[in-house]
Amino acid sequence: MNRRTLLTTAALALSLGAPAFAESHEPVTAGFIYVGPIGDGGWTYEHDKGRLAVEAEYGDKVKTIYQESVPEGADAERAITQMALSGADIIFTTSFGYMDPTIAVAEKFPDVKFEHATGYKRADNVSIYSARFYEGRAIQGHIAGKMTKSNKIGYIASFPIPEVIRGINSAYLHAKKVNPDVEFSIVWAYTWFDPAKEADAARALIENGADVILQHTDSTAPQAAAQEAGNVITFGQASDMGEYAPLPRVSSIIDDWAPYYIQQVGKVMDGTWESTDTWDGIGPGMVGIGEISDAVPADVKEEALAMKDAIAAGEYHPFTGPINKQDGSVWLADGETAADGDLLGMDFYVEGLTGEIPN
Amino acid sequence: MITLEKRPQPSRLWTAVTPLIAVALTMVMGGLLFAFLGADPFEAIRTIFWDPIFNPQFAGFTRPQLLVKAGPLILIAIGLSIGFRAGIWNIGAEGQYIMGAICGAGAGLALYPSESPLIFPMMIIAGGLGGWAWAMIPAVLKTRFGTNEILVSLMLVYVAENILASVASGLLRNPEGMGFPGSRNFKQWDAAHNAEIITGTGMHWGVVFAFIAVIAAYVLMARHIQGFNIRLTGEAPRAARFSGVNPTRIVILCLGISGALAGFAGLFEVTGPAGQISIDFNSGYGFTAIIVAFLGRLNPVGILLAGLLMALTYIGGELAQLMLGVPGASIQLFQGMLLFFLLATDVFTNYRLRFGRAEVA
Amino acid sequence: MDLTSINPVLLVASIMVSATPILLAALGEMVVEKSGVLNLGVEGMMITGAVVGFAVAINSGSPLLGFAAAALASAVLSLSFGVLTQYLLSNQVATGLGLTLVGLGLSSLIGKPYEGMKATTLPKLDIPMLSDIPVLGRMLFSHDIMVYFSLALVAGVWAFLKYTRAGLILRAVGESHDSAHALGYKVVRVRMLAIFFGGACAGLGGAYLSLVRVPQWTEGMTAGAGWIALAIVVFASWRAGRVLIGAYLFGGVTVLQLNLQAAGADVPVALLSASPYLITILVLVIISARGAHGAPASLGRAFHASH
Repeated sequence: MNRRTLLTTAALALSLGAPAFAESHEPVTAGFIYVGPIGDGGWTYEHDKGRLAVEAEYGDKVKTIYQESVPEGADAERAITQMALSGADIIFTTSFGYMDPTIAVAEKFPDVKFEHATGYKRADNVSIYSARFYEGRAIQGHIAGKMTKSNKIGYIASFPIPEVIRGINSAYLHAKKVNPDVEFSIVWAYTWFDPAKEADAARALIENGADVILQHTDSTAPQAAAQEAGNVITFGQASDMGEYAPLPRVSSIIDDWAPYYIQQVGKVMDGTWESTDTWDGIGPGMVGIGEISDAVPADVKEEALAMKDAIAAGEYHPFTGPINKQDGSVWLADGETAADGDLLGMDFYVEGLTGEIPN
Repeated sequence: MITLEKRPQPSRLWTAVTPLIAVALTMVMGGLLFAFLGADPFEAIRTIFWDPIFNPQFAGFTRPQLLVKAGPLILIAIGLSIGFRAGIWNIGAEGQYIMGAICGAGAGLALYPSESPLIFPMMIIAGGLGGWAWAMIPAVLKTRFGTNEILVSLMLVYVAENILASVASGLLRNPEGMGFPGSRNFKQWDAAHNAEIITGTGMHWGVVFAFIAVIAAYVLMARHIQGFNIRLTGEAPRAARFSGVNPTRIVILCLGISGALAGFAGLFEVTGPAGQISIDFNSGYGFTAIIVAFLGRLNPVGILLAGLLMALTYIGGELAQLMLGVPGASIQLFQGMLLFFLLATDVFTNYRLRFGRAEVA
Repeated sequence: MDLTSINPVLLVASIMVSATPILLAALGEMVVEKSGVLNLGVEGMMITGAVVGFAVAINSGSPLLGFAAAALASAVLSLSFGVLTQYLLSNQVATGLGLTLVGLGLSSLIGKPYEGMKATTLPKLDIPMLSDIPVLGRMLFSHDIMVYFSLALVAGVWAFLKYTRAGLILRAVGESHDSAHALGYKVVRVRMLAIFFGGACAGLGGAYLSLVRVPQWTEGMTAGAGWIALAIVVFASWRAGRVLIGAYLFGGVTVLQLNLQAAGADVPVALLSASPYLITILVLVIISARGAHGAPASLGRAFHASH
């Protein structure tokens, strides 16, 4: 085959791909690119639950497709392009590392809608969405601060990125508020997902005196380690992890993408989709707070639920001044609330946390 | 009783036929697997083997992508094969790939936003050096202390992953990236972008390097005295020493070549298909290349074909996931089967079946 | 920084648990390699053991039955490698890597229904009298049965290779299959048995992950443990006692670095995180510099009787 025909075929495929079908064909196709296997029980599992909810909501009017375990490196752009070529009308790319590939593919497929999770780059056909998990972390911090007896709270962190640092700060501020003696020990696991290592990290924290374990990694291994140790409480991460309730798991942060996915796919169906920037929290239901179990004293539970309601109603912002940075400099003045821009790129600890952020 | 009898030399006929038999067997077994998973077996097989090359909807895009996917696999596998021929087991190409990408990207980013035409060549050299230097650690430890290179090169993969996570969220982080991890995107910086040389063909510099490596390896192994020394070291280490081959030099040479080629591959991926240094930049090319090297029987031309075949199953597998909704794990299993059948039928190129009474076996 | 918060008793106990999966898998692989076969499919066999062990433990309610099933399943899987490499003379490195792919794929298909379930784990076995010894009792003598089993297996493998005739034959086959064949030993049969044993051990190691150390089933949960086991065999210069040292060293540094982080030690996290790998290399360099035993001479070479 000579070069010319090759090029024409390529151009043909690129122009025919989705757009030609998009306006006319039924059903609408929604595609999902996942960073892990669906069976990871955490991040990808919850996105896939969102996909299934879209299917349940629209039945025959929608078709969903997905691809699992797409690495964030060189393979991402190809996977997204192939999905667009296969006739998807809207594609959700569900990990930060897909940001630039999503933008690049979106340029080639102006009639396909793209939704990129947890990033910051938009285009006319690229929306971004993320969840304010730090709102949930505030409630966790409150419960943790009230319930710890050793005043030592262990935190299993994944990588030193703003999302994780925001969670640590939010949990710490609210634990400190109700318990001035509280201390945080932070272990960086340098992985999102390695059950054995997460279990080891949880054990190390518990053996060093922590009686509350917060985690920002995806597996239930720390829950199991806490259960084995006894007298340690934990919180579910990403999914409810309800199988460990009522103890050690006393509550959880649940990523609930279903309402958003249903809404966006619906907008594609009725032709009202437009590029948006969504950063939703507890209020709109993107961040769910798993049931607070009976292991939590009634008054603490009541306070936690009150905080949840206040956050949901927009009456309370978890980052409300006065808050100083770790070095003692002023970040937020009294009564001032954090700007989203500051939160998005957060790369500092708040005052009182010990240790340094790696790098 | 069936016995195997070694052929005086490998059969040319069977060399050509066995891969076909293996693919046919894989189609049957794989078809059963997909049928068991509730997909139409014929459609699944067609999607994996046919669609990436001929499907009108996809092929315009996926055909060039075969080169893009196979390029780094071939480049790394060529380097590994030279070492494997000499009995030097570099299992850590993944780490050298990462370090090549980091060094090359770092060297380039230090000069951002220069538009000098020298930037990209300099990055290529830095990438090769990065991979070479990372491979020199097991090489030097082996020649100085007799430390086993399997362990050292493998352990250094994990160290490289740690360094990658560290620089992606620290040293090489995009200063305009709102604090998120990940470097600047090379696709938006023309001087450093490893773009397609001819649009729409998938041919980028990494693929060109892969082809050059195939030819160079062929010449080295078949025509050059060092190639002979390498083979001799692998097949008869004692004889090699008697004939004056310096084992230290062979170790340094082989690990150096494989490290540098893996480093090049990392650099070409980070400036091309991947676009940026990120925490999860590496995606197993260094390990898959070991399969490619052996599937190609450590022969440059064989590696070229094996790389393309692996790329086909990857891309076909992705399409099967998309179009038929089969789980990703079934594709992995399918690739494993294909590998097993290819390896199993390979026996017929070197041996013939004898029916009848066994001699003393 | 308050390093006094690290309790050495608990630390040692954790290290033993953490090291057991790689110890089991590495021990099996060592026997395989002693017979002259290089099976790089440890990761695939481990994860198959992890899923089968978990599934059987859930369905039967008995973790011990889970372990038995895991050993059997991985051993049977390893026979596919055995048939290919021993009878069809395929390349061992490539076949082993293929086995890894097959194991990873197969395990996640088998494991789908078991995601998010909890299995009953092994009880801690307080050894009478010994477990009451202060400090040592808690440290060494109140583990689950598989920890003791793994230690006994180290001793067993060591004695087998050193003192038994069968062990001698196994080593002879690994050192020179042609001479062993000339002496009338069934090279292929010996190697098949070794491969079977290696598969069983890897299966036990995987099941220890899914039934004790984590415990749960999650896709891809071995996360590279099989590769570490392979490295430990090399580290150990193919000696059983050193496999134990290697596994405990690696597991030890892994757990210790997490403890140092938890205690707030003033060491860069990136360095701590890479320390298990760096220290393993360092210790190997020190051992190697003093002269070490090499690999079995026939390692990785195919054997065919008629040449």
